This record gives sequence, C-alpha cells and structure tokens, in this order.
Amino acid sequence: MTPSRRDFIKAMGGLVVAISLPGRLDPRVLAAASPFGPLTVPPDQVDSWLAIARDGSVTIATGKVELGTGVATATMQIAAEELDVAVSRIRLVQGVTGQTVDQGYTAGSQSMRTQWAGGLRQAAASARQTLLEMAATRLGVPADQLAVRGGVVSVRGDAARSVTYAELVGGRRIGAAVSRQVRAKPPSQFQVVGTSVPREDIPAKVTGRFTYVQDVRVPGMAHGRVVRPGRPSPAAGGQPAAVSSTASGPTAIAEMIGGTLANATLRHVDESSVHGLPGLVKVVTKHSFVGVVAEREEQAIAAAQRLRVTWTDAALLPDQAGLFDAIGTAKVANTRVLSVVGDVDAALGSAATVLQATYHHPYQAHASIGPSCAVADVKDGRATVWSATQGVYQLRDALATLLGLSRENVRVIYVEGSGCYGINGADDASMSAALLSQSVGRPVRVQYMRADEIAWENFGSPMVMSLRAGLDGSGRIAAWDYQGWTASRGNRPGPPGNVPAGVLAGFPEPPPPASPPPSPPLGDDSLNSMPSYAFPSQRVVSYGVYQPWLFTGPLRSPSRLQNTFANESFMDELAAAAGADPIDFRLRHASDPRLAAVIQRAAQSAGWQSRPSPAPQQAGATRTGRGVAAVRYEGTSSYVAAIIAAQVDAGTGAVRVTQVAVAHDCGVVINPDGVRNQIEGNIVQGLSRALKEEVRFDRSGVLGVDWASYPIITFAELPDDVRIELIDHPELPALGAGEATISVISGALGNAIFDATGRRLRQLPFTADRVKAAL
Amino acid sequence: MSAGDESRTADGSPGEPVPAQPGTDGARTGRRPTRAALAAGGVAAAAAVAGGAYLAERAGLLGGLHIRVNGGDHAVSATPDTPLLYVLRNEVGLNGPHFGCGFAECGACTVQVDGRAVRSCVTRVGDVGGREVTTLEGLGTPGHPHPLQQAFIDQQAAQCGYCISGMIMESAAMLRSNPKPSDADIRTALSGHLCRCGTHYRILRAVRAAAGVR
Repeated sequence: MTPSRRDFIKAMGGLVVAISLPGRLDPRVLAAASPFGPLTVPPDQVDSWLAIARDGSVTIATGKVELGTGVATATMQIAAEELDVAVSRIRLVQGVTGQTVDQGYTAGSQSMRTQWAGGLRQAAASARQTLLEMAATRLGVPADQLAVRGGVVSVRGDAARSVTYAELVGGRRIGAAVSRQVRAKPPSQFQVVGTSVPREDIPAKVTGRFTYVQDVRVPGMAHGRVVRPGRPSPAAGGQPAAVSSTASGPTAIAEMIGGTLANATLRHVDESSVHGLPGLVKVVTKHSFVGVVAEREEQAIAAAQRLRVTWTDAALLPDQAGLFDAIGTAKVANTRVLSVVGDVDAALGSAATVLQATYHHPYQAHASIGPSCAVADVKDGRATVWSATQGVYQLRDALATLLGLSRENVRVIYVEGSGCYGINGADDASMSAALLSQSVGRPVRVQYMRADEIAWENFGSPMVMSLRAGLDGSGRIAAWDYQGWTASRGNRPGPPGNVPAGVLAGFPEPPPPASPPPSPPLGDDSLNSMPSYAFPSQRVVSYGVYQPWLFTGPLRSPSRLQNTFANESFMDELAAAAGADPIDFRLRHASDPRLAAVIQRAAQSAGWQSRPSPAPQQAGATRTGRGVAAVRYEGTSSYVAAIIAAQVDAGTGAVRVTQVAVAHDCGVVINPDGVRNQIEGNIVQGLSRALKEEVRFDRSGVLGVDWASYPIITFAELPDDVRIELIDHPELPALGAGEATISVISGALGNAIFDATGRRLRQLPFTADRVKAAL
Repeated sequence: MSAGDESRTADGSPGEPVPAQPGTDGARTGRRPTRAALAAGGVAAAAAVAGGAYLAERAGLLGGLHIRVNGGDHAVSATPDTPLLYVLRNEVGLNGPHFGCGFAECGACTVQVDGRAVRSCVTRVGDVGGREVTTLEGLGTPGHPHPLQQAFIDQQAAQCGYCISGMIMESAAMLRSNPKPSDADIRTALSGHLCRCGTHYRILRAVRAAAGVR
C-alpha cells in the first residue's frame, strides 16, 4: 500500500486535502504532502481549519487530536453542523506541525470545550458565512434568503436556483478570516449536534484496518529498542538471567523483575555481549541513553535483552513506606495560595466541632495497553517523526533541541496510539526513536517493551492532603482549611529533560516552576483543590515538592482525582460528625444549582435512602454500604456526582463494588453515546485505580514491570449495575467529558466503605490488605 | 552533538537479509512460558500449538517455513523461534494483532490457530506451520464484517481500540464452542484480556448481541 498523489490534493493554504479516503489520512500520505518549514499555522484564517474539495467533501484540520475518546467524531459533528454538510462528507487531519493550528496539548478534557467555544466551530461558522455571501452574489439574491442543505446553497422557496460549496470554492482557498462577529447556530437549529453519530474510527478498528502509530511502516525502516537502567533479578542470583537469542517475552520477565534504577548513569556497555547477533545494525549510546537498532523487530528485542550494560545507581528515592513522610518534609519549591475567604483561624477557634484528617495518594501509572511507539526518520539534517504525542508542536520543539536541529527542519505527524490518559510513554518513545534514527541515518521504529512502558513513564503524582474544618452548632461548615503537597519531577516536553529519554540523553531537568506572585488572583483553581461548595471561611494552599524520585506528569485526572478524593472524603467525615445524611449535607453547602442537580439526579438514579453514615451495625461477614462524591470539575468545568454501592468482606477486607450511578452535566452534549462511553471508561478506570493501583518502588527505582506487578481491573471485578444520567444543556458551552467522572470515583468508593464498615480509609488504593488492617 | 557521536557499531552485518536459523529441540523446550504467562493463559496458547508442530516445522525448514494466514500462504523468513506476532505484523503486514506485553498477560496479540484463541506473543511461528492462522482481518472487512465485528460497531464497543482485536478473536473462538454463553461465560472467556479505556461494558454487550443472548 504505497501512498500516491491520487490520495490527496495539496492545495489550499498548505492544507492537505483528502479525497476518496474515508475518515483519516494515511500517516505516510501526510508526510509526503507536508512541507518542512512553516513554524505556525495562522488560527485566524478559515483556510487553516478547513478546505472544500472539488467533489464537495470537506477536510477539517485540528490541533486537538483523537486519543481514543471519540473527539474526532464529535469534532466532525461540529463542522458538519455549522457547514450544513453530512458528517460522512467530512475528513479529518489532526496534529501535523505546519499543517494544523497549534491548539496546545490535547489534554485536560478540553477538546470539545475548545472547539465549541471558538476553535473549529467559529472557523466553520465563518466559512459558512463567506460561502453564503459568495452564493448570494452568484445567485443574485440576498444571503438571508438562502438555505444550505448537504453542502448545496439554494434560494428559499426556489430550490432549483442553487449552487454547491464545491462549485463556489472546491479545490481553492476560501480566503476569509475567522470572524468573531459571525454567530454560530443556535441550539434550536441543531441537527447533528446532540445526536449519537457513530464513531468514524470503530469500523476500521474492529476489522484490523486502522493505522495506529504502532502500525506505521516506512520504506527502509529498521527496528529499535531502548535499554533502560535496570537490575538483574534476585532470582538469578544477582546475575543477568540467561536470555534466549530468539526474542521471546517470557524469558524477559525473570530478567526484568529486579526493577529499574531511576537515577542511574551509564557505566559501561559491553558490546561483545551482542556480538554477532543476526541483524544487529548498531548499539547506540548517548550519555546514559542506550538503545539498539536491528533489521527485524525480534532481532532488536533479542539484542536489547542480551546487551550487557552496567550502571551506577544513585538510590535517591525514599523507601515506599516513607514516601508520604518524605513528601511532607521535603523542601517546598513553590507555594500557591488558591483561596482565602474570611478568617479561617478565627472560625476554627469558635467552631463547635473541629475535624482534621490527612489523605494520601500513591504514584499511579497510565498503564496503556499498547506500549508506546514512534517512527522517526532523521537524515540530511531533517527529522520526520510519527508520534502519538498529545502536542505535536511542543514535541517538535523538544525534538529540535534533542537532535540539534532547527525547528524548521523537524516535523511531527500525529498518529493515534493506544489510549494514553495523559502523558504515557508517547513523547519518550518519540525522542528515543529520533535519537536512534539520527544515529543510524535511516528510519527507525521503536516500540517500548511492557517493562519500558510501565516503569519509565511520567507517573501520576503522589499527594499528601491535609484538611481541617469546623462545624457550627447547626451542623454547617464554618471553616475549611486545605493544604496539599504534590511530589513532581519532569512534565511534558517542553524541554527534553522533562521526560526520562531526555534526561538519559544528557539534557538537564528544568528547575521547578517558581511560586506565583505574592498576590495572585485568588479563586483560579484548575486542580480541584478548592471544594465545590460555598463556606463562610476557606483557605486553600498548595505546595510543590520537586525531588529526584520518579518522573511524573499528567495522569487522568492530574491532581484533581487526588484532591477530590480528599475533599469528598472529608465532606463525608464532616457529614458523619454532623449526624447528617451525606447527600443532604452536600446539598446544604451546594450554592451552585447545577452541582445540586447532579447530586440529586445521581441520588434518584441510585435509589438513595436518606440516613447518616455509617450504616447501622451489620451482622455477618459481608458489610454493605453506599457513598457519594461530587465536584464541579476545575471550578469552572463539568459537574458530576457518583454514588457507589459496595460490599466489604469483613474477614478478608476484599471490596466488591455492586452499583455505580453517575449524573453528569457537561453543558451541551455533542454526542450522547460518546459522552456515555467516556463516563463508562472513567468509572472502570476509576475503580481500577481506587481498588488496585499503586506503583511499587524502592530507593533505587520501580519494582515490577508487568501486569502481574501492576494489576488493573478485570472483567470479573466489575459491577453489573452501572447507571448514567446525562443532563444536557444545549444552550450552554461544552465543558468536556473526558475526565471529570474519574475524579469522584475513589471518593465515592471510600465513602461507601466507611458506610459499610464505619472505618475511614484515607489512603489509596483500597486493597484488601489495607481494608482488613483498618477493620 | 548528534547521537551518532558517542555510538558504536556492532560487528553485525547491517542491511543483509537474515537467514533462517534452524531451531533445535533444546531451544523449544527452553522457551516455556513463565509462571506469570502460564497464569494468564499462556498454557492455552502452548497447548494449542504443541502437538504435531515438530513435523510441520521440519517440513517447513526443508523448503523454508510457510504459514497459512487468513486463507493465504505466506513464506516466512523469520527463525522458527520467533513469536508469531512479529511475523504476522512485519512479514504478513497485518495490523490486527497488537503487541501489548509479550508475557501472555494482556491478550492484545490474540489470534486464532485452527479456530482456537492463542496469544501470538508467546507462540512460536515454527509451531503453526500447516495450521490455519486467523487474525482480525481474516474475520471480516469494514464492508462485510463478521457478525461479532458488526456487533462491536453496533454497540460502539471501542475507545482507543488497541485491545479490541484480542477481545474479538477470543470471543469469536468462544462462540464457536459455546454459541449461547451466559454473562459469566463471557466474563470468564475474557478474564485474561485487559482494557485500559474501560470499554468493558460495551464489549460484554457486543458479545451478548452477537450471540443473540439478552
């Protein structure tokens, strides 16, 4: 399957325009058609966002990319709606440097919010306006007497007088600016928005016809693998385990289970250990970055497994058991005062009851099913990288630094990978592929092994959250006092030193961000640190701790899940102290009617019986309980409430979730089934992380490098009963559905365990051992 | 500074086609799946391909290894010990089976060998000579999907979809021997398959729909 120029025409504004291809363009076609050079694409031009081909099909180009959440289809719906073109006539190009507008990272559940509030939607509305004006001239009638249907503009009441979009501009630039004056369609005219258009990618994905980044193959491509600092297995007596020269997964487990060395530097690479291996092209080292390139994938795997490398360990991590103490006592690099309302200290002093509690959240992994992969072609001073990055422009700049090339000579082409849920190894693998390709002067595909992915990603940050609150005599919260400590290292690239590959290659780790100015605008909290309720006095302060421990970066939903776990657990503790029903208690403090609405809707859906927690003492081994948690996500985004029913085995501590009910308000719902799919995914991933997930490590690095050592939830552990209530507000802005729900799952579950057992668990995950110890 | 500055070239012969390395019985027996792999379903994979493979492998080596995939015959240049997964992806050019772990723990690489679901990441290509290998591509096409594929489309049973190939191949094998599975049967069949997006409920609905049960 060789991409040919028949597959595309390259015309308007540099935008590659698809013809005759369904859905998305072949990644190699994009490379063939995308010039090096343009550093930016002007967002104020309609031609930067969409083009109409001679056959009337519409290609839209977005900086936001499909990460598996369904935004591609919803984005196509937005364009179809504003242009009055069938969704089936829309093609999508996403995330190509110099081809698509830089819309920042695809992250934070922001894609629909961004496209709806002014990105693609405004560009499409502007295009439609321009096309109507052209048609008015062509047909000799005022624009307000025209109607559009299926890309055909016709005179109202005289359908025979018509002209198509293709006839007006097909194959040519539209040549208009994105106008902020043009009004997008009102909800009363929605035909596509609000309907469950089937996802454009699923037929290809379920028949093996989809091209993931793992499937990109280019002529002359070699295969690479990285060799990361690791320890020999204790089972192998401290010696590297014998590895078959034939690449096989199973033999690797014994070798890798010894764990990684998070801060090791390279001492020696013994190339004689791979001497004569068939197909070996090169052993590549750069500072402490080590990789191998071979002709065939299995040969690269064999060479990486067999290559004998010695490392100098630094053992800079705290013991796992002492992690939270270490976070609490480490030097604070920055302080953010997020909210100060009233006099918290005075209110606490005069409160009838004061409660204090500290919550702990561990390192957790993105744990993508497909280890990250990238293909890089670096030669003749130019680099093309096919990557599943969340930010092609940001990665391009990092690659330019990494490779010593100018940004004009680096292009990054987004190709969807395995779901990432934040910064998994996608950027890291892209940098590794680029380093290996540069070294051998030919295209190199790198896919990480399971161990590389699960041990060397930028994990979700561990947090310590300490809360105090005072209740007045009537059982209302009079004072709320939050302090949170987050341990971080690295981030997205940015600087190459933000991710392991860059650091190993010798790039410095950027200094921690400074504290914001002493008088920041208060109330700007995007991390769910601030509670979603209104209290007479409140103080919220966050501390950033930066230590050479494990790399961290955004993991669905970064800091927000941790904070909402703490805040909603503490709300539950306060409700119990006040002798109040947890729902009533929240409604008592919910000043925002949309927050109250999701709480009430979830309660209705779950059949909530009003009473205080914990439940009356239960006989027998199985204790049942229910818990609620709610949030206005990021203080300005979606509203979500979850109610979870759970059973706790008093003998073993095992927790079984029996029901989850979620009510969700993300403003306008663009694709209801897409939103439900996201909510289901958030529930499952949220339960997995709440029940099972914790990265294990010792002072040197991560222990455990496979699914047995970092287990995630399985079919057998899922509740049968899941209820989802969508509250649609077609007239209101889109707020995003990608991650709000996961932030309430662990809190609702912890509250259910409290309801069932009377024991408060303040540390995640709620493993059977931890629950049993609390009973 | 370029990556090449500090790198060294091994003494291998880059760029040359790689001759098939004759496998030995020792190599075969030495490559049993580990405990973890066994626990996760490697046993089924190993059992499905063990019997009769020796003769097929020998026969294959005489004239070069051939495998049958999705009804077609493919000459293989990989060594017999190479995991089937890499041959399917890199020699046959298929995208359906995915590398997930290499330990038979996740199921993303699942294909069918003579109708039984096996983990292609721990299945030697030398053990499938003379047998019929089926991948997701071999079940159906976007234009003519297999009923199970159609059910996954109808139920919109994917997010990123990386695990879905394995889910469908496992489910299709199960439905052949158990056409009217209970919900517990389906969950058991898929118990060794991981999905990180949380598409589990849709996958269960799709398999039920394809089977015509509830």
